[in-house]
Amino acid sequence: MSGDILTEVRGVAADVFAVDAKTLNAASSPEQVAAWDSVQHLNLVLALEGKYGIQFEPEEMEGMKNLGDIAALLRTKIAAN
Amino acid sequence: MGDSGLRHEIDELLATEQWQKAGRQLRLLWEREGGAPLAGYVVAGFEKIGHHLESTAHRCVILRSFTVEPIVPALKACAYTSGINLAVHVGEFNAYAQELLDGGSRLYAFQPDTVILAVQTRDVAPELWRGAATAESIDRVTAQFDGWITAFRARCAANLIMHSLEAPAAASQGVYDSQLEENQAAAIHLVNQNLRRLARRHQGIYVLDYDALVARHGREQWGDERKWLTVRLPIAANNLIHMAREWMRYLAPLAGKVAKAIAVDLDNTLWGGIIGEDGMAGIQVGTEHPGAAYQALQRVLLDLSQRGILLAVCSKNNPQDALEALAQHPGMLLRPEHFAALRINWNEKAQNLREIAEELNIGLDSIAFLDDNPVERQHVREQAPEVMVLELPGDPAQYARAVRDCPAFERLVLSEEDRQRGKYYAAERQRAALEQSVATREDFLRSLEQEAEIRPVHAMTLARVAQLTQKTNQFNVTTKRYTEQQIAEMSRCPGWQVLSIQVRDRYADNGLVGVAIVHDRGEVSEIDTFLLSCRVIGRSVETALLAFLANQARTRGARRLEGWFLPTKKNAPAKDFYREHGFTMLSETPAGQLWGLELTAELPYPEWVRLVTAAAEKA
Repeated sequence: MSGDILTEVRGVAADVFAVDAKTLNAASSPEQVAAWDSVQHLNLVLALEGKYGIQFEPEEMEGMKNLGDIAALLRTKIAAN
Repeated sequence: MGDSGLRHEIDELLATEQWQKAGRQLRLLWEREGGAPLAGYVVAGFEKIGHHLESTAHRCVILRSFTVEPIVPALKACAYTSGINLAVHVGEFNAYAQELLDGGSRLYAFQPDTVILAVQTRDVAPELWRGAATAESIDRVTAQFDGWITAFRARCAANLIMHSLEAPAAASQGVYDSQLEENQAAAIHLVNQNLRRLARRHQGIYVLDYDALVARHGREQWGDERKWLTVRLPIAANNLIHMAREWMRYLAPLAGKVAKAIAVDLDNTLWGGIIGEDGMAGIQVGTEHPGAAYQALQRVLLDLSQRGILLAVCSKNNPQDALEALAQHPGMLLRPEHFAALRINWNEKAQNLREIAEELNIGLDSIAFLDDNPVERQHVREQAPEVMVLELPGDPAQYARAVRDCPAFERLVLSEEDRQRGKYYAAERQRAALEQSVATREDFLRSLEQEAEIRPVHAMTLARVAQLTQKTNQFNVTTKRYTEQQIAEMSRCPGWQVLSIQVRDRYADNGLVGVAIVHDRGEVSEIDTFLLSCRVIGRSVETALLAFLANQARTRGARRLEGWFLPTKKNAPAKDFYREHGFTMLSETPAGQLWGLELTAELPYPEWVRLVTAAAEKA
């Protein structure tokens, strides 16, 4: 997997939340991003699962605190694939 | 992700407020790579454009027994690209039954145009899902739906789309199930058959074949058991878009976003190769590869024609070469007589499409355009932005599917007129030939031997009358849209008359082509609706129908006939209708003009229309 995963996650999140990717960074979290509610969290997870062909565990879905967390989790899952 | 060039262009267009162009490119982006992950971006783009782009507002409630929220953005994106601004309200999780039954629920307060009842077998009929079906359980499930439908219809005139029940991927009794005469899948199909029967008893209630949708995408692939168990989302992430598109196939016709005609290119679209270079022997169309892909497309176009969608040719070619191939190539399924209009020349396609629209008497926005050449598609998008340009994949084997899956060609109701429409237009070509051979216009009208039959609406004509109020844009004085349900209610109301007019002539039975609704208020009889299909306009049928309304109103004791003309972008053909028939303008408001005619004497009927009327029977 080439490219910076965090940048890709920011791009996917920007589409899902309908915001500019430039406004998002590793520390962006549901508390900071107005659009990031539980429905959009599910949409984000679904978009990432579709893009990378992986599945998150329910516990992992609940444990995602910010975009940096998600990118790190994705890196380990892609490496394990 | 994906086409980043196009996305940059869209961002730039939005930033510089080039709304029309931004809308066009958003539509293109969605057609090329639409999917749930892109939906948020596309919806946000269309929301920025807002009212700068013309769209039809439609209100939709989704009642559900599972998580549908991740499908909603994709549904809205599909709707926006079809010209529909969809407001969506999602009902509470698993509260669909109480919302349907309780007249005070949020469902009814939302005042929806359309309600989707998205339920699954395992929720509404758990015993069928487990495979423990009995005749009683089939009856119970059917009765449950019957109760919901009846309650809904008593409270609301909106359309209702019900999901049919899906069979599980694996029967609960394994291969033994296949040995039983009445097995699990058969029980579920029996319920679905009952649902279709229930739906047909009412107006505006439709069945969405969820079982077929799941089967089409593969029962094992459709679902995601883990997402079902954790977040109650039974549909796998990459199938969410298919659910949204299936809903769209119902919402497009319900919102009136339909194509009445499709104009097709010839070279490399209707056949493989270029007739002007390859000749009759060189072009590819037939039962074998590579011609089979083009024949498959022709079969789909034939299906559309059976649905009442007119076919037209729009091709840059020498007419002789192209017509010879159309008429004589042995592999062709479509022949010249299947086409209502032909434009085979070297003119620009946008110009040809305008001429086709004019010849067929339909708006440019009712025409879809099919062309393999992306340059021609882009030209039409820019020069005739009203036209629905279908985006085609590179592989000709996918052409048939691209046309078949386009929601603008879906119909939920098919009248006899729809099935016969192609023939009406063939007859119209003969009439045009006669008109040129007859000396005066009066001689021409007399030679048509027209007969007009005016009757109050009844059960057999209800669907067509409602359809005409939904679809007629040009000769329509008030452009009021009514559902079957509303037409039925109006016709039962004292003081209201809902009339239909059917027109025959020496060439064809034109079918039911006009509607008039009048409402008596003491000395005034007011025309609520007066519309005629464009294919009979200018032949005095409109005069005959108006005279009938006036004379009937006079018989009922009215002193004056009044009617509004409410201008729209499209109804200019009806603008001078009242003035030309002796009405005077009574008042004028920003919405339109009120016209009136004193009913002092019987109005004469045009001598070249023979009138057949049925006594106004009222229930």
